[in-house]
Amino acid sequence: MASTLPDAGFAGREYPVTAPYSVGREKIREFATAVGSQHPAHHDLVAARGLGYPDLVAPPTFAVVVAQRAESQYVADPAAGIDFSRVVHADEQFTHHRPIVAGDELVTILHVDAVTQRSSISMVTTRCEIHAASPEGAPGEHVATVTSSLVVRGEDA
Amino acid sequence: MATQRPDLASLSAGDVVATRSIELDRAALVRYAGASGDFNPIHWNEEFATEVGLPGVIAHGMCTMGSVIAVVEDWAGDPGAIVRYGTRFTKPVPVPSRGAAVVEVTATVGAVDAEAGTVRVDLAVVHDGAKVLGRAQAVVRLA
Repeated sequence: MASTLPDAGFAGREYPVTAPYSVGREKIREFATAVGSQHPAHHDLVAARGLGYPDLVAPPTFAVVVAQRAESQYVADPAAGIDFSRVVHADEQFTHHRPIVAGDELVTILHVDAVTQRSSISMVTTRCEIHAASPEGAPGEHVATVTSSLVVRGEDA
Repeated sequence: MATQRPDLASLSAGDVVATRSIELDRAALVRYAGASGDFNPIHWNEEFATEVGLPGVIAHGMCTMGSVIAVVEDWAGDPGAIVRYGTRFTKPVPVPSRGAAVVEVTATVGAVDAEAGTVRVDLAVVHDGAKVLGRAQAVVRLA
């Protein structure tokens, strides 16, 4: 069986900016319904605009949809050595520099902040810096930061 | 919607601002999988979950985290007022094939920062008598 230890050499790695993620109204409604967020700003354009937003507002954890796509560049890379059947989600942090709204085109820069090992348990921490895409696709306004930590159990843990 | 925003000056640490009971059933997990794109089979396939050593199908940590924050959104009157939200996942929430797992949420003021115009809301999230989220905290801008 292949080694299940994450490669510590990935720590400090920064990935190229992703292709844009287009935030759709129906996706916001679908996600809000899935997490039981009934606040009208997620569902009703008039309510969202009444609060001063240009369009429907995404729930606070919606950014995980954008972040997970970026994180897959790392966690799904066989060279990273992350056995997903041994992964447990340990920690998740969102910082919103401004709310995500429908119509946003978001690009993400993924950072691997840490890969640490203690006996047969490894922890990997990733950070997604989510920006509005500028017309050329380059990162523009900073929208959100999503930090995620995964625990990976070794073969004998 | 005419929203009633909480008044920062009237809040102090220890105030319980909201409580809610949330039910997570298998359909909720499938809906969350589809909405989020997280199709890990431990969240919908009993056989797979037990093979990897779990007691059975468990809720996505992110499904629990995402579901409990609605109580703060409704209290704040504006979902965009939540500027930070984080948690540790301390215990899985097993979800039975019939019926639902019940998660009890209590939102308490942790700290008020009058200068920044923000309040930290601490979430106690309990399933079956045990905390399932650790240090679940949201920072809400009220001014």
